[in-house]
Parts: sequence; structure tokens; C-alpha cells
Amino acid sequence: MSVSGVCADPVVRDQWYALAAVDEIGADVSTRLLGLPIGYGLGPGGAARAWRADDGAPIPARVSYGYLWASVGEPPAEVFDVPETREPDRRIFNAGTLGLAVSAPRAVENFLDIAHFPYVHRGLLGDEPHTEVADYDVVDRDGEIWALGCRFHQPRAAAASTEEVVAQYQYRVPHPYCAMLYKSAPGHPDRLDAMGIFTHPLDDERIRAHLFLCLLDDVNTDATIRRFQQTILAQDMPILENQHPKRLPLDPRAETPVRCDKTAIAYRRWLSSLGVTYGVIPAGAG
Amino acid sequence: MSPGDGGPGPASDPRHRWHPIAAVDDLVFRHVYHGKLLGRELAVWRADDGFVNVWENRCLHRGVRLSIGASDGRELVCAYHGWRYANRTAGCTYIPAHPADAPARTICNRTFVAVERYGLVWSAEDPEGEAPPEAAELAGAETLVLRNLPVNAGAGLVIDGLAGYDPESLAAVARRTGDAAALQLGDGTAIVFFVQPVDSDRSVIRPVMTPAPPAADRIGVLRRHSAALEALRKNLEEEAARRPPAEPMTPALEQVPIHLAELPEPSPRGRQAPLRVRVARKWDTAADVAAFELESIAGQLPTFQPGAHIDVHLANGLVRQYSLTNGPGQLDRYRIGVKLEPESRGGSAAMHHTVREGDVLAVSEPRNNFPLRRNAERTVLIAGGIGITPLLAMAQALHHSNLGFELHCFARSPDHLAFGETLDRLGDSVTAHLGLSPADTAAAIARALEGRSPSDRVYGCGPAPMLAAVRELAEAAGWPAETVHFEYFANPTEIDDSSSFEVALARSALTLAVPAGRTVLEVLRDNGVDVASSCEVGACGTCSVGVIEGEPDHQDVYLTSAERAEGARMMACVSRSLGPRLILDL
Ligand code: FES
Ligand SMILES: [Fe+2]
Repeated sequence: MSVSGVCADPVVRDQWYALAAVDEIGADVSTRLLGLPIGYGLGPGGAARAWRADDGAPIPARVSYGYLWASVGEPPAEVFDVPETREPDRRIFNAGTLGLAVSAPRAVENFLDIAHFPYVHRGLLGDEPHTEVADYDVVDRDGEIWALGCRFHQPRAAAASTEEVVAQYQYRVPHPYCAMLYKSAPGHPDRLDAMGIFTHPLDDERIRAHLFLCLLDDVNTDATIRRFQQTILAQDMPILENQHPKRLPLDPRAETPVRCDKTAIAYRRWLSSLGVTYGVIPAGAG
Repeated sequence: MSPGDGGPGPASDPRHRWHPIAAVDDLVFRHVYHGKLLGRELAVWRADDGFVNVWENRCLHRGVRLSIGASDGRELVCAYHGWRYANRTAGCTYIPAHPADAPARTICNRTFVAVERYGLVWSAEDPEGEAPPEAAELAGAETLVLRNLPVNAGAGLVIDGLAGYDPESLAAVARRTGDAAALQLGDGTAIVFFVQPVDSDRSVIRPVMTPAPPAADRIGVLRRHSAALEALRKNLEEEAARRPPAEPMTPALEQVPIHLAELPEPSPRGRQAPLRVRVARKWDTAADVAAFELESIAGQLPTFQPGAHIDVHLANGLVRQYSLTNGPGQLDRYRIGVKLEPESRGGSAAMHHTVREGDVLAVSEPRNNFPLRRNAERTVLIAGGIGITPLLAMAQALHHSNLGFELHCFARSPDHLAFGETLDRLGDSVTAHLGLSPADTAAAIARALEGRSPSDRVYGCGPAPMLAAVRELAEAAGWPAETVHFEYFANPTEIDDSSSFEVALARSALTLAVPAGRTVLEVLRDNGVDVASSCEVGACGTCSVGVIEGEPDHQDVYLTSAERAEGARMMACVSRSLGPRLILDL
């Protein structure tokens, strides 16, 4: 059975986690990160601060991509790089944050999944009977998982699209609990919109998920885009909260993959090879 | 097992005993009820044919609760990726992300037994005995299920508490009986309180009363018990809270079979007939066409998909393929249609003249080499004569899922139209073309193929000349070859088996000589390499093998001309080699 306790898994512990969008932080906030009670807030001049709730000892904190990130372990010097954030014509903001009773790896796997569009995001990201997932490639790039050449028939791929398109997708998993996706941008044939799911794991079965946007859309207001993306997130919620078990099973015989799940298979294998044990049911753990 | 008479509760493992999991009334039309027994979550739903399905509440794909899925009365559709699971077997019939693939038959959810008794639905994980034990108090008379009462306490505590239940106003005597407590009231009525063990700290009391009180008194009876039971619940929950908390039950989830955990196709098997079925009904459905309904002798018939066929092994040694004509979720009986072929080598004649109702036949599990893609906006089905059989299964699946289709049936006369009663239920989507000349047939096919849009698909089944016409007309009308699919009954090609050559098996590291007069399939089998097969005349596609090197001499009618030109697959039963050597992916 699951023990929702403090994380003893060094791989997961020594990572950065996005706790909140900086422009949504007011007074200091108490929360938990990987089971540990902590607090965070913005100091003078907007500097990120985070601390353990028990003894007030500071823990690593920083601001990146508009979020306050913190760690309860010894994180790397930088948060993983998102080069698109340096392109000056992109709009970068948090589309929404949603609390979910599920593990972070289940949420990341859902973010990497195309086949559910016609069922969960009917009329927005997919529509029956156009349910086929064409073959695509999964590659390892510098130790990150990339899925390339994904295509899917979409009635309305983004807030800025007005007609049915075959949307092109790429996915990237740079962090055990975060993923990026790149998709064709309406009106920008040669470039891709970027968005990401940055999870804040409260513990191994509860998270807050931030949807990070880095878009080329110069038509819609933030509010329109937020409303569209929050609708999508809200549609995934009942699915995610009804996955059993809540932690992601890494044993290949726990669930049944098909060809379109290549990215998910690679993600599960990658977590296994990293030795991740928190938020997952490791292979052979029954 | 029978309930002990007032003695202590049964000591055996509760997983071997029957427990109530729902009231019959909870199984509302097309609703999927979320139940729980001994810590295990269950998806419980009644199909339109009345069958009560009790399944592990977990989609095999990604673990989503099936109770949030949708029942269409014959199949349960998972909410996440739309995988469909059949009534009765819980076998997966369709994976929408891969419309062209027939799902491996072994993708099958875990099912549990279900029996309806006393207005309750009963199940067990691994039951001893065919049905829940009789409750003496409820025998004979009409029963009434009272409102259930969930209690935050373990079942043992609840049953003990109920055995002491004695609302003074009723001057009742309760006694413990198995997993229940029975209450005999002064006025001759009895109430049995069945207790459903939900988890170690949770139960549901399900009271059943007999005889059912007259409608006018019901409210009063119910109100008296509600109050008394409410008080009992309070006591039980206080008692449970005083005890050390029990560990929640953790029923084991079954692992998926090893070959499903990885991506490759399931391994093939030879021409086998593992199923025994009884001819439950035989009737004439059209001139020279006999229909058969086949029911299982033991156990549940395996899942099939529209387009699937079974091999029927006949007493005279012949093996014949017949398409299943069933609609989705119809798994109580397989239904096939057999045309009496005047040129029959004895297959259809045996089915027509020898096989009778009550006879037992050996058949294969359903195999699907003619899968129906359900990602088309319009599907055109073109049936010639007995070619209606696989298309009838497809038409019913499309009809039931509200997907657009047209079924064109070509037949010599109204008397030659098989399964008319099923066609009638498909309404306006069916067009019968009767007694047309070849030229008029071609014109009608051409009309059916007009107005193509990109996602549309055509499926044809019928005599070879007609399929050749469909192929030509579709090409002329601009249908890409990969959108037009055929199933042949037979291979009209005269097979030339005069060549001799060598086959090298890449994976088995074997090189075998195929002499003139013998097939690749025969040579493989002689050498212990098992390849599944069915028609063995190059029509059904079951024995398709991968070609790594060499140029096959195809001679089959299963592959499309593009696939034949590509040369990546061939039919082991009829295909040979144009060169001296082939390397096969075996
Ligand atoms: S989880 Fe049920 S279809 Fe994918
Ligand atoms: Fe989604």
C-alpha cells in the first residue's frame, strides 16, 4: 500500500519543483513538497525564498520561467533549459494551476498522451471517428526523452485556430516530474508553440499541476487562452483522479501498452533506469 | 456451503463466499455501477441481453476506472482512450488509436461471477458453490429489498451487532446465519440483513424483507427500521472507532500476460479447434443458405470483432471458414451462415445435410483478418450473396455506434437475401439490389462509390468477379487502394506449385527445401515451425509471414496489389518463390 510520507528517493528529492507562478504569489504560503511541510514567498526585490516549516531553515529557491522553484534536496545549478523562452516574440505565462489527487508521473504520462484527445477533449483536441494515432519516433537526446513526428487530426488545436487541422506535435521529458510539448502554431508555419506541465508534488499521490505556456499567439487575450487551456486541464482531471493505482506502475506487466504508447513506455523505462521510486510503483514491488 | 444454524460465522476465507454487491435496482439501464467487495473495486453493468457483468474496475490499458466509462448496452467503452470491452467476456474488441488492427484476443479484463437472488446482485472472488446459500427465512414468498445502510465498521462487527438487533417495539428475535442476521417478527414477517464486506473498516447492510408488506404499510415499516438501524449504526461505528484501525484490504491486481506487456504481436498457433460448441439452432435463412447458432458447451465463448471468422472442423476432415454475423456484445451464441455450394468438396454439403441441431462441432477461436476501421466518416459495405456474413457484423457494429454506413446487398432474388430479420433492424442504411445483370450490378456499385471524402472506407465481400468489379470501379472513382478492403471466400487462382526453392528462417536459423508439390506451410510444419493458418488457399490472410529477402510468387487474393508489389509479406499456404531462395521473418 502507499505510504504518503516524506520522500526518501534521492533522484526525485534533488530536483527543482515549480511551486507557484511568481505573479500569483502574495503573502507567504505554507504547503508541502514531497511530503515535507515548507513555506515560500517573495522577499524584498522579488527574490525567491523557501524554508522548512519545522525549523524555518532555508531551502534552495529561485525564479525561472515566471515560476518560483524550490527543492528539498540538493538540486542542480539550473532548472532544465527551455530555449524558446529566450525568443523575444513569445508570450510566457502560467495558464493555470490545478490540484489533483494523483501522482506526478501519472499526470506527466497523461500530458504525453495523444490517443485520449477524441474521448477526453472531444471537439477541442480531437473528435471521433478520427482516432488513429499514426506512428512516430521516440529518441533519446542527451539523456532526455523526445517524441518526434506525432500528428493528429484536430477540430480546434489551440485558442487561435478556427478550423480543423492535422496538428504536429513533439514532446520532451527533461525532468522526471515535468514535460514539454511543442505543437504547430496557427499562423506560424515554421515554428512551434511550446507548453509544459510543471508539477508540484505535495506527496506521492497528490500534486498541483502548473500549465506553462510559451506561445506565438498574437491574436487572443491571455484570458481567452487561459480559458481554453483550463478547459482542457479540467477535462483531464476526472480521468487522472480515477486511475488506479494512483502511483505510476513501472512493471511492464502492470498495464497494457499499444504502439501509440511508445512515449509512455519510454518514460516508464526512463524512470526505472533513473532509479525513481517515489510517485511510482517500482517494477517487482508488487 | 450452507449458512450455519445460529452458530458462529463461517471461518473460511471470505473470498470463497458469496456476498451481495448491489441491489438489482442499482443496475439501471446502461449505467455502470461502482461496487466494492473485500477491498476490490468492481464495475457492474447489465447488458441489453440481461447479462450482469461484474468486472475488475480498472481498464487494462492505463488503469482508469471502468465505472466512469459508458455502456452502450453491449460493450463498455473506457472513458480515457475509448477501448471497447465486450459484454460477458470483457474481451477488448476495439482500440481506436489503431483502427486497422484487430486487438489481441487475450486483452481481456478480469471478470467475476454474478447471480441475482432476493433482489440483490451477488458475487464472489473465487466462489465455492454455484450460487449464494439459501436463506431459509426468505424461501418461497415474495421479497422486498429495504434501503441499504453503509456502516463504517468491519463486516464481522456488523454481523455480531445485527445478531443482537432487537428493536423493543418489534419484540423480535435475531439470529446469526452465515454472513447475515435474520430477524423473525411477531407478525410473521422476517427480515434478513445481508452484510456486504466492502473493506476492513466498511460494510453495507442490505436488508431483505418477506413477505413484502402491502404498499400502504410499507412507509411505516421502513420508518420504524430506519430509526432502529440508524441507532445500531451509531453504536457499531463508535465501537469500531474504539478498536485499533484495521489495515485496508489490498486485493492483488492480476498482471497482464507477458506477451501483452511488450509491443510485438502475439505468437501464432497452428490450425486448431480448441472450442466445442453445440448447434443450438439451425434454420434456412435464404435459398440454399443455412444459418446456425452455436452455443458453448462449457464456459464463455471467446470475444470476437466484426469481420472475424471461425474455422469449423467437420467430421469428414474438412475445415471451413465461416464469418460470424453477430452484432457487438452478442456472446451468448455465435451465428454463422452457410451457402450450399454445388461444387462443394463436401464442406457446405456436410453443414447442410449432416449437421443437426444438438450436434457438437469443433471450432477455432475467432480470428480477424478483415478488421473494421471505425475512424471513417462513411463506410460503404458491398456484399455479394453469402458475402453478407462478415459485413452484417460490421454493419451492426457501425449502426450501434452511430457511425455512418451504407450496406449494399446484391442477391439473385428476395429469397436469396440471407438474415433478412437482422437487415430489417438496420433501417435505411441497407439497400438490396436484387436480380441485377452484371452490367446493372456494375452500375449500382459505381453509384455506391460516388462522392468519396478522404476518411471514407469500402469493404467488399462476395464472389471473385464481383470483387474484381469493385476493385476496378473504386480505382476509377479515385479511391486509394488502401481505403478499399476485401474478403474473399476462396482463391479463384489456379495455384502453380511446380517450383522448388529454399526458405531460410531468419529467427529460427533454419534453411528448408520446398519441393514442387508441397507448400511452404507444410514444410514449415514438418520441421516443427508452427504458423497459424485457416483457409489454406490464400484467401483469409491468417498464415501471413514476413519476407526479409527474396521475391515471393504470391498467388493469393488476400494482399492488395500494392502489398504484393512491396513483397514484405506472403501467405505461407500458397505463396512460393520466384528466385531460388527466400528469407522469412520466422
Ligand atoms: S485507460 Fe482505458 S482505454 Fe486507455
Ligand atoms: Fe489531456
